[in-house]
Amino acid sequence: MSTSEPRGLTVPAAITRHTVLLITGALILIPFVWMVSLSIKPPGEIFRASFSFWPQQFYGIENYTRALTEAPLPQYMLNGIIVCGSIVILQVIVCAPAAYALAKLDFPGKNLLFAMVLIALILPHEVLSLPLFILGYQIGILNTYGALIFPYIVSPFGIFLFRQFFKTIPDDVVHAARLDGLSELGIVWKIMVPMALPAIIAFGIFSVVGHWNSLFWPLIAVRDQNLMPPPLGIMAFKNEEAGNDYGPLMAASTIVVAPLIIAFLSAQKWFVEGLTGGAVK
Amino acid sequence: MSLAASTTAAETGAIASNGARKALQRHRIAETFTAWSLAGPALVFLVTLFFLPVFAVFAIALTDWQFGASTLSFVGFSNFKEVFADEGFRASFVNTILYVVIVVPGTIILGLAIALLIESGKSMRTFYRAIHFLPFMATLTAMAIAWEALLHPTIGLINQTLVTLGIPTANWLRDEDTVLSVLAAIGIWQNLGYAMVLFLAGLKSIPQDLYDAADIDGADMWLDRLRTVTLPMLGPVTMFVFIVVALRAFETFDTVQVLTQGGPGHSSEMLLYTLYRESFQYLRTGYGSSVAVVFLIIVVALTLIQARVMDKKVHYQ
Repeated sequence: MSTSEPRGLTVPAAITRHTVLLITGALILIPFVWMVSLSIKPPGEIFRASFSFWPQQFYGIENYTRALTEAPLPQYMLNGIIVCGSIVILQVIVCAPAAYALAKLDFPGKNLLFAMVLIALILPHEVLSLPLFILGYQIGILNTYGALIFPYIVSPFGIFLFRQFFKTIPDDVVHAARLDGLSELGIVWKIMVPMALPAIIAFGIFSVVGHWNSLFWPLIAVRDQNLMPPPLGIMAFKNEEAGNDYGPLMAASTIVVAPLIIAFLSAQKWFVEGLTGGAVK
Repeated sequence: MSLAASTTAAETGAIASNGARKALQRHRIAETFTAWSLAGPALVFLVTLFFLPVFAVFAIALTDWQFGASTLSFVGFSNFKEVFADEGFRASFVNTILYVVIVVPGTIILGLAIALLIESGKSMRTFYRAIHFLPFMATLTAMAIAWEALLHPTIGLINQTLVTLGIPTANWLRDEDTVLSVLAAIGIWQNLGYAMVLFLAGLKSIPQDLYDAADIDGADMWLDRLRTVTLPMLGPVTMFVFIVVALRAFETFDTVQVLTQGGPGHSSEMLLYTLYRESFQYLRTGYGSSVAVVFLIIVVALTLIQARVMDKKVHYQ
């Protein structure tokens, strides 16, 4: 096309653009592709080390069967769902009313409360792990689902994000709801949360992805194999299988990574918004 | 009196009659009570799960308390002295800084380059964005295992390729000279999509008028426009990306834990791994807490710098 159009590209420029992006994209994808490739190869072919993606002998069924039966992989996935689901539900239940109070009500101590939220937002969670471990030990919930969940019951980021969103909802809506006889808690759940659904979904994705992928705290909080979330489980599987049995290990990795990748590819916009924490508008 | 009725009283009560003032006062008390009961659970959990723990970390770092011990005494800064005198910690500290120094510019440059390329044309934007963003949300523990296979000294794809090309190979994760760079490369691989997305948003927010003005000023080459408009306008975003990626790099743990356990020697040990190992494997609580305090100071400092920068951005734009 012509060069007079400000953002238009000439044909050679367009070709260069696609070539470079396809190459960088391919490089980025290599670990994923190689993981899937090894997960369908028999041990012999893995150790013969060829460049081919597709195996001469398809061994996927054997590898994936071993991954699913030798390690309690379905249990790990279920644990991940239970833990991430509980965390995100609790976070919304605890954070939304607090965010409403900060956004729409006037009360002494409001600034102090908001300052506390901001300070908590800065604190890196790993720093708190030792006292949280001791707390978990004192109340006797280490090595239970509770141990994996309790540090995350409140999310400072959640309060912050919901507050921002609630502030954009006109006060008239709140007044009208009060005139209709709705309680304040009713306003939170029947008016604010439904109206702030985009923020809730973005936060939900942020929370679920973060906790599904997290290794640090689960490593501290649980020892029992039956309670391990996927990252910890797959690490245990790797250590037990003594590393070099790549086929089943790669099959297990693929299974752990797959749900989020599929969800991401089907709702890209939401994921980008959620994971960049509202920085992208 | 119901809250709804008192609200109307507060609004229409421009006449400062005694009754209206009383109603207003009652309304205030009711609102305060409502607000604190709504925020109560969050407040309780913020205190028990964030504020008490952070005080506890400082307290433990200043005492000789060991996990399970019933006594403790104040030892001042001797834990910190021990930490800084320890070769392992110093290696861990230096490695973390080195890692951050490699990962941050690498991530920013690649993320920016890819964002510029994607934004320069109109076709397949979503596709390219998705591919480059993928590593950021993939489970790093699992992907680290895939990287280990790629980096395997004999059957790994990387060494195979190097052999085919006649380039010397290495035992990437077992060699003191390469291990930290390899972890940094994985760090860049994981984060560049994140930087890219932030840069894409920054590019979108640059007004078209500026490019038109630059065109009139004779900046008709792509490079001219990049130099005079795009890069200066991306300043604030770049600063934001810089800090966020630096924070993420400081908090690197999964790859160290899965791939190297800090080895060989201390050559790939990083702060968060040291914190974990000392606190939870060796149960050296005082030492571990001191590392946590050092880590906390770095992270808080970076965040405060970010807050100031973002403040400036608001003022000067």
